[in-house]
Amino acid sequence: MSIGAAPSGPITEFGTVEGVGMGRVTHEPGGGPPRSRLARLWPWSIVLLGSLYFLMPLIGTVRMSLRHNQGASAAWRLILANEDLWPAFRESMVNGLATIVVSLLVIVPTAYWVTLKLPKLRPIIEFITLLPFVIPGVVLVLALIRLYSAPPLLLTRTYGSTRLVMICAYAALSFPYMYRAVDNGLRAIDVRALTEAAQSLGAGWPTILAKVIFPNLKVALISGALLTFAIVMGELTIALYMAQRTLAPFMADIVRNKPFEAAALTLIMFAVTWVALGMISFVTNRAGKRR
Amino acid sequence: MGGAGRPPFRLSWNWVGIVPFLVFAGTFLVLPTIVLGLRALEAPDGATTLENFRNLTTPVVVDSFRLSVKISLLTAIAGGVFGFLLAWSVLLGGLPKPVRSLLTTFSGVASNFAGVPLASAFINTAGRIGLITVLLKAAGFDIYKAGFDLYSFIGISVVYLYFQFPLMVLVITPSIEGLRTEWREASENLGASAYQYWRYVGLPVLMPSILGAMILLFGNSFGAHATAFALTGGNLRLATILIGQQISGDVLQDPGLGYAVAMGMVGVMAVSIGVYSLLQRRSERWLA
Repeated sequence: MSIGAAPSGPITEFGTVEGVGMGRVTHEPGGGPPRSRLARLWPWSIVLLGSLYFLMPLIGTVRMSLRHNQGASAAWRLILANEDLWPAFRESMVNGLATIVVSLLVIVPTAYWVTLKLPKLRPIIEFITLLPFVIPGVVLVLALIRLYSAPPLLLTRTYGSTRLVMICAYAALSFPYMYRAVDNGLRAIDVRALTEAAQSLGAGWPTILAKVIFPNLKVALISGALLTFAIVMGELTIALYMAQRTLAPFMADIVRNKPFEAAALTLIMFAVTWVALGMISFVTNRAGKRR
Repeated sequence: MGGAGRPPFRLSWNWVGIVPFLVFAGTFLVLPTIVLGLRALEAPDGATTLENFRNLTTPVVVDSFRLSVKISLLTAIAGGVFGFLLAWSVLLGGLPKPVRSLLTTFSGVASNFAGVPLASAFINTAGRIGLITVLLKAAGFDIYKAGFDLYSFIGISVVYLYFQFPLMVLVITPSIEGLRTEWREASENLGASAYQYWRYVGLPVLMPSILGAMILLFGNSFGAHATAFALTGGNLRLATILIGQQISGDVLQDPGLGYAVAMGMVGVMAVSIGVYSLLQRRSERWLA
């Protein structure tokens, strides 16, 4: 009910507006809207407000990480010395890298093939890659467990096989970002000409993909990969219900029991996200300048 | 290959190239969801029934969906309005260029900064011994006595806004950039004030994008689970939290109803994403 109610007002407004503009002709040439000092104050105060809201939780977390009762650096020392942290960190890293590999192996050849041979199917493929937006993580993990844990499949019988299912689910969750990045990259180059040129020089499909298409998509692939990595490093829901010992469930536990160490760990995680996603804009900006 | 002289009919094997993708997406996205949907239509004895969907009116389920809708509506509208204002300020408010690229980068990070770290950051800020709580208390204002609670509806909403309005900034920026200077110049030449330009030109052109983005925000919040779980450990029963509890312990004591709740969730998400893309297409008429 509430979803339907929201658009109705403004859309009618849109309808009336097209008519209104036509009748009003006032003859006052030139003279743009006055940009007074007061008018300039607005943008600045909004940005200031936004920055405060952005920064407050970080400042609060820095403060909390320094307030352990055994001294200012105690929370940091204790969390870095926690013997469960590094295995969890390593496991999340490996999951992240594996997810990237799986996602690239599925998406790049598909997007390339669709652009080259099946352009009419593009909307369908795009639709499928967007499904993770429709199926929330918690629903997906329920569905995966109910389907694959039950006989006769029992894919989640061991820790390792469950982990494999989870990595594949992560790869599926990365499809919206990965497909969009790769598709944008492919549209920026002339896939057909490049392919035909490579073929006329005697290259086969694996060579074309590895030596012609991949290098041309480098920026798109790096962006998609870094975003995927950031998502996997922080993913809680699926790992939690699949009982995986990754970073987010470990961290959720720390948050519940050790607030000061949790603050230190939060800052570390924020740095990881920041580096991964900051690198995206670095890579894209550099590519933009070279063109 | 290809080129001129295409035969009138040929059996193309091109589709084989997308089979790996279809199999993968089928195995890990589509099939599990379809099976879940079929289970939702199953009575305990295996017969086909709509009973589970009828049972969605159970108070526990209704309450969880109502809470999810409330939080999602609030954060979609507040995040949408503030995100738009922020994007507008930075893009058209005459701010220096570096502020702009800083905002884009920061929005990219913050819109992905959900889950456990976000919950922790807000516990440190607005929790009972958090920075703001302590500062305001020192100034003589106890926010917890005034009715604020981080682990409640209003608290979760404040937390969700942290990823909601950066997402709005990211989604709406291309649309604001799509406003042509000619339109502004034309309306200025016709004597329109800044207010009139926005009232009759700018906002109407942007409105489908703004609404679409807000609906995207709604879905973004509706499907969120990790942040709320990390913050409340499941005490605040959103629809996603209820589904999670159903995985670990069948709290509804009715697996079929659990599947129906999950499918209801998928339904809400599908509608919001669908409306979003419809509005997106509509806005492309002007802003493409």
